[in-house]
Amino acid sequence: MSETVQSGGDGFHTEDMTISMGPQHPSTHGVLRFIVKTDGEVMREAIPDVGYLHRSIEKIGEKVTWHGYVPYTDRADYLAAMFTNQAFCMAAEKLGAIEVARRGEFCRVIACELNRIASHLISVGTFGQDIGAVTPFLHALRERESINDLMEEICGARLTYNYIRIGGVGYDITPETCERITRFLDHFEPIVDEYNRLLSYNKIFVERLADIAVITLEDAYQYDIVGPNLRACGLKWDIRRDIPYSIYPELEFEVPVGTGEKGTLGDCYDRYMVRIREMEESCKILRQCLEMMPKGPAIAKVARKFKPPAGEVYVRVEAPRGDMGFYVVSDGSEYPYRVRIRTGSFTAMSIIDKLSRGLMVADLIALIASLDVDAPEIDR
Amino acid sequence: MEAKEIYERTEQKFPGKISGFQGEVIDPNFRVEPQAIVEVCRYLRDDPELSFEVLSDLTGLDLPKDNKLQVVYHLYSYSKRHQIVLKVDLPRDNPRVSTMEGVWKVANWLEREVFDLFGVVFDGHSDLRRILLPEDWVGHPLRKDYVEQEEYDGISTERAPLVEKLLR
Amino acid sequence: MQPLINSLPETVFTTKVDDLLNWGRKSSQWYMLFGLACCAIELMQTGGPRADLDRFGCVPRATPRQSDLMIVAGTLTYKMAKRTKLLYDQMPDPKYVISMGSCANCGGLFQLAYSVCKGVDKIIPVDVYVPGCPPRPEALTEGLLRIQEKMMRERWLVKPAPAAALRVGA
Repeated sequence: MSETVQSGGDGFHTEDMTISMGPQHPSTHGVLRFIVKTDGEVMREAIPDVGYLHRSIEKIGEKVTWHGYVPYTDRADYLAAMFTNQAFCMAAEKLGAIEVARRGEFCRVIACELNRIASHLISVGTFGQDIGAVTPFLHALRERESINDLMEEICGARLTYNYIRIGGVGYDITPETCERITRFLDHFEPIVDEYNRLLSYNKIFVERLADIAVITLEDAYQYDIVGPNLRACGLKWDIRRDIPYSIYPELEFEVPVGTGEKGTLGDCYDRYMVRIREMEESCKILRQCLEMMPKGPAIAKVARKFKPPAGEVYVRVEAPRGDMGFYVVSDGSEYPYRVRIRTGSFTAMSIIDKLSRGLMVADLIALIASLDVDAPEIDR
Repeated sequence: MEAKEIYERTEQKFPGKISGFQGEVIDPNFRVEPQAIVEVCRYLRDDPELSFEVLSDLTGLDLPKDNKLQVVYHLYSYSKRHQIVLKVDLPRDNPRVSTMEGVWKVANWLEREVFDLFGVVFDGHSDLRRILLPEDWVGHPLRKDYVEQEEYDGISTERAPLVEKLLR
Repeated sequence: MQPLINSLPETVFTTKVDDLLNWGRKSSQWYMLFGLACCAIELMQTGGPRADLDRFGCVPRATPRQSDLMIVAGTLTYKMAKRTKLLYDQMPDPKYVISMGSCANCGGLFQLAYSVCKGVDKIIPVDVYVPGCPPRPEALTEGLLRIQEKMMRERWLVKPAPAAALRVGA
């Protein structure tokens, strides 16, 4: 399994090793495999091998009805299921020229921002665990349990929600749930400081991450890096601000950008800090939504056999892992003609090969965790 | 910038290669000849007025009724905040088009996926092999006339009879 | 000898050796982290603070060589099937398999897919099936308790009668 034989300076012969990392490995990023060619501890290259979770979600879109496809979009990214639901429903609504109920829009934003906090908690927790700090992971799981309870009150499920439907949302949010969300926010906002004390300003953590795997803005354009990874490179781009949808134009929030505070702009530490700050911004959005919620129906009237006219549309949504695009083609029948899901993790994988030259094996783990890749998004 | 203006500028620069502008739909798009797609995209990326910095998506669309396979490119510009959709029509029995890898490096992975699922061959690609399905898979699943194989690697692909009825 | 007289009787109890061995085995099942898809997140939450698996003695191990329980959590694709069989063969005996979630039981909602294996029992033998999509932590804990009951019924010191003797009466 070793290829090149080199001769070091004083007649010292070395060989390269080819190691297969995965597909089963103790990290939550899912079934990914990397073929790593190393020279001792320093890597020559790390080639990703994906497809171990290819569940043909795009082909299934051609076999089930429009309403019946919403549970399948949950599984396209199970850590951010509300966003995939929302993107598909927005595409169907644009094709069918349906106006979403206003209270439904607010319910959508509340559910989505809670899901964003849950997804970033997993990302931050598993980041610590991959580096070696196991304790913050358990803290993150504890907060996530509270969010799972709230999601169960809202829609009945803990992980794959099927909540956002064409025309609005499946169930209304009751005033008791709104009160519980407010209590959760009162408990959670100080806790983000706990993560900062445990992880973010920890000397070992900073030294493991600073100046590792820098992505320049030019590379980000070439490799189509989106989401928090792009914001960590310095570009202030957020779909909620720049291609607004739903009721985001009426809400006030900041867009956190990487600053290169502990190293270079665009390194692993910036990508991590952007996620911590985004959790704080989501809390602000949630509070505003809970105050501004209007009364009314939560879903518009949509036909049981939904048949939008022929056409095609490309819809973007700011998911926790970046800009998720749904390209949906309809031919006028009650089944979609083509559903294409373009995710941020798929394009983020393509840059790993380039960034991993010259890194050490432990830095590869930090790089994968900082890009926050996720197997269902890559393989669909 | 409006889509009509983008189309007119591109048509001025590449006469005869651009056609079929559709402006009344939700996402304005136009068709490009397969031989010219790489130069058109390079022009769209480098021109300072248009400056489409990113290739958002590269995917395929199978249209057996018109006997063609379309490759669809979605381009977006962060600085100018506009988008455009380009379409390339290819014959279904031998779909070949040049690779976009020289213009945007992300096309490496996106084109591998289109090759895997539709069978479109990209000339000049550095590493065209299957990405999502196993290496020894037979067929291109996202085509409309795809027939599943009976078994793979010793595991039979038979479903329960109730499910067979649901398959369209 | 003097201090030991009349000081032991409350702490002596009798049982069968088989039960003692099985009690030791069931109280420390080490499971292999084989989370494939969405059920892996619920597996993680079951191992987390609220529904704690550690109180049953279950510790997650990353390698099959040190584990005796394999929880297949998630969808099995044809590309992953060969590796699953390899991992199952690498586990030392006696080993048990829990199939967690609809996708591992029978293919789940991906029955219409072309690349999904319709159930993990086409590849490896399964002991307990836990339904759900994804199953709640309480459901997975119930599956674990069923495996514990199965373990308690096994016999090691008394060999079962050979099959030829049973066929005589029929």
